[in-house]
Amino acid sequence: MKHKIHKKGQLKSGQITRRGFVGGSIALGAAGTMAGSLLTLSGNAFASTARRGGRMRAGLAHGSTTDTLDPASYENGFTGVMNYSLHNHLGEVDATGALVPELAESWEASNGAKTWVVNLRQGVEFHNGKTLDSDDVIASFQHHMGETKSPAKSLLEQVTSMRTDGKNRVIFELSGANADFMFITIDYHIAIKAAKDGKIDALDGIGTGGYVLESFEPGVRFYAKRHANYFKPDSAWFDELELLSIVDPTARINALTTGEVDVIDRVDLKTAHLLARQSGINVEETTGTKHYTFPMRCDTAPFDDNNVRMALKLAVKRDELVEKILYGHGTVGNDHPIAPINQYHAATLPQRVYDPDKARFYADKAGGIKVQLHAADAAFPGAVDAAVLYKEHAAAAGIEIEVVRAPNDGYWSNIWMNKPWGASYWGGRSTEDWMFTTAYLSTASWNESFWKNERFDELLFMGRAETNTDLRREIYYEMQEIVKDDCGEVIPMFANYVFASVEKVKHGAMAGNWDLDGEKFFERWWFDF
Amino acid sequence: MKHILKIVAQRIALGFLTLFAISLIITFGVELLPGDLAQAILGQAATPDAVRVFRIELGLDKPAYLRYLDWLGGMATGDMGVSLSNKRQISELVGIRLSNTLFLGGFAALVAIPLALALGILAALYRNSLFDRSINLVTVTSISFPEFFIAYVLILFFAVKLGWFPGISNISTELSLGDKLYRTLLPAATLTLVCVAHMMRMTRASIINLLSSPYIEMARLKGIKPMRIILRHALPNALAPIVNVIALNLAYLVVGVVIVEVVFVYPGLGQLLVDSVSKRDVPVVQACSMIFASVYILLNLFADIISIVTNPRLLYPR
Repeated sequence: MKHKIHKKGQLKSGQITRRGFVGGSIALGAAGTMAGSLLTLSGNAFASTARRGGRMRAGLAHGSTTDTLDPASYENGFTGVMNYSLHNHLGEVDATGALVPELAESWEASNGAKTWVVNLRQGVEFHNGKTLDSDDVIASFQHHMGETKSPAKSLLEQVTSMRTDGKNRVIFELSGANADFMFITIDYHIAIKAAKDGKIDALDGIGTGGYVLESFEPGVRFYAKRHANYFKPDSAWFDELELLSIVDPTARINALTTGEVDVIDRVDLKTAHLLARQSGINVEETTGTKHYTFPMRCDTAPFDDNNVRMALKLAVKRDELVEKILYGHGTVGNDHPIAPINQYHAATLPQRVYDPDKARFYADKAGGIKVQLHAADAAFPGAVDAAVLYKEHAAAAGIEIEVVRAPNDGYWSNIWMNKPWGASYWGGRSTEDWMFTTAYLSTASWNESFWKNERFDELLFMGRAETNTDLRREIYYEMQEIVKDDCGEVIPMFANYVFASVEKVKHGAMAGNWDLDGEKFFERWWFDF
Repeated sequence: MKHILKIVAQRIALGFLTLFAISLIITFGVELLPGDLAQAILGQAATPDAVRVFRIELGLDKPAYLRYLDWLGGMATGDMGVSLSNKRQISELVGIRLSNTLFLGGFAALVAIPLALALGILAALYRNSLFDRSINLVTVTSISFPEFFIAYVLILFFAVKLGWFPGISNISTELSLGDKLYRTLLPAATLTLVCVAHMMRMTRASIINLLSSPYIEMARLKGIKPMRIILRHALPNALAPIVNVIALNLAYLVVGVVIVEVVFVYPGLGQLLVDSVSKRDVPVVQACSMIFASVYILLNLFADIISIVTNPRLLYPR
């Protein structure tokens, strides 16, 4: 039996809008094939009417004994899901990739996108019975500002002041205009928690979310029950939610096939097609913004020479990497971090392809290339294999790459942003500005290629302040082109999120911003008994 | 008897010295690893600023020897301290994991030790028979495969194909004893298969070794049945090496099962130690290492005492 892979043509912004596509495919009755960015590998988990009940048990690839309930410490797929089940944020990303209000009811920018007024939803109840008000929001934001280890700190540095205007309104003042500010406020760390004397209790696990914490054993298990007074009416269908940390990929598949869990994330790509053949199991994937990169340090020889960077960008067979590293569960990258599902993705930018002759030309201009490429599977699964393939591809252009296999342990502190060339990955961001500001702005602390480009920086601030969509599109197109042709990032591929569930698990169109329907499967999915 | 107490006291004192030495090695060994908890936890998100704040929060800005002395002081008063990463009491964190590990180890030991002894005695009794050879073949085969392989084979047949047992051992405190036993049967069976061969072959070898002694010959000439010769005459004298091997295997069942824990997603102490080392959570690493080291020291002490008690020549030295 051949496994069923339904892949519709690539969605490109500009050709057809995603919202329009979803509408169209539903009108055609194309349920089960594709909506938003959903691709189905096997079976049909799509649609059916939602109903309440049951215990959702998920086996997740992350989770460590060092996990905590503190929102500032959320860093993996386990704490991420836990976070969303306990808490809400001001807004969320829906299945079409659009930002929609969650605890906010509406928001409005004024003063050229420098002042943001957020109106809160009324009558939202925390798990301890307290009603949400503006003081809670301010305290929750303050947890990530000032002296803190929170990764959201750098995002919120642009906030110069926050003040309440009555119980249900918060006003943010920014140091510079930012048309995408609301996307920043929904960063997953910034969970809204109840304030007590102007501070939140970071470790109490109490939020407004659809599930109430019952027990949490770090690195092992999280168990929660449905929040009876949850403010979202058609949501959180399951009575109970149980998350198990199952780091070993084979154990995860065992747990699913023997009925110990209902859903698993990060299906082992090597065996995904075999799992899809099993009856009673659906394997599905969403295309998001996650991409794998090989950043070169532009401040270090020989990568300070753009001829070297161009030669290396031309010396990799991207489609082969997608085929052999991602087993087809992804798409080729074009050396910039903006995904096809991003709003201003430059679809008209020519795709860079493998061209050993051109690569040789640039390499000769640079006086020959002989470099080391550091890789460990901590960067992304298959990074070492990808590096070895890269070496072979480049050899055909007379470029010598020595692959240095680094230990997974300590990769991010010893290799990444230390060695001149290594492997890395990004979960990606919902907006162009956010992605560029995080890792491409010359002064960004995560500027992993140590790249400095004045024109790019200038465009970044212009784009951030611009509210006209057409002008913004032009600005972001130019930025993608600059990154593609000048920056030290080789971005050969975008990886899909691949997950599996048992047959009774049903869902509607899925969000692609994170794994498992934006890490919100527990409130968006349901059982069809 | 006085003699034994003296030995025990000496050994316990030596044990404390060993523990102290181990704690030094572990602490500074982990210290030598590149990176620290702040970097390990923040990962890709480790900006210099975030790392600095986090280090101060964790107390990692203090020099290593001061942190070690703090910890030693706490340990001496029975306080294991708190986990750096999630601020939980280590005694509480380790307590659940340790009881899980002891439960699984105990379950496996209860099956494996009687089984190994019985098989070893039978193999010695019917030595070089077809029975002896096939028992040897099976147990040596099972010890030769890596434990994860045995685990996966068991999962394939008993969980996936037959569906008799769960594929992972998801246990929690609210389960009844019966449920717990049912859910840990496959990992316990894996451990049994892995450690039976060692104990069984030692039992067989040390009994056979004695069977050629003159006093056994005498017993045989008196017309005592072979089974009785082995149980009453050979076994008591063969106990010392067997007990030592059993002690080693018991220690393995407590400290060496991390792979089986990973395969069956069993929340034991080994998993906690591995996690803590990779995240550089030094106090938890120290606590786990102390427990593991104590288990080794105590089991070896018991093995030695039993060897002495069962051997009059050692019990009443001249």
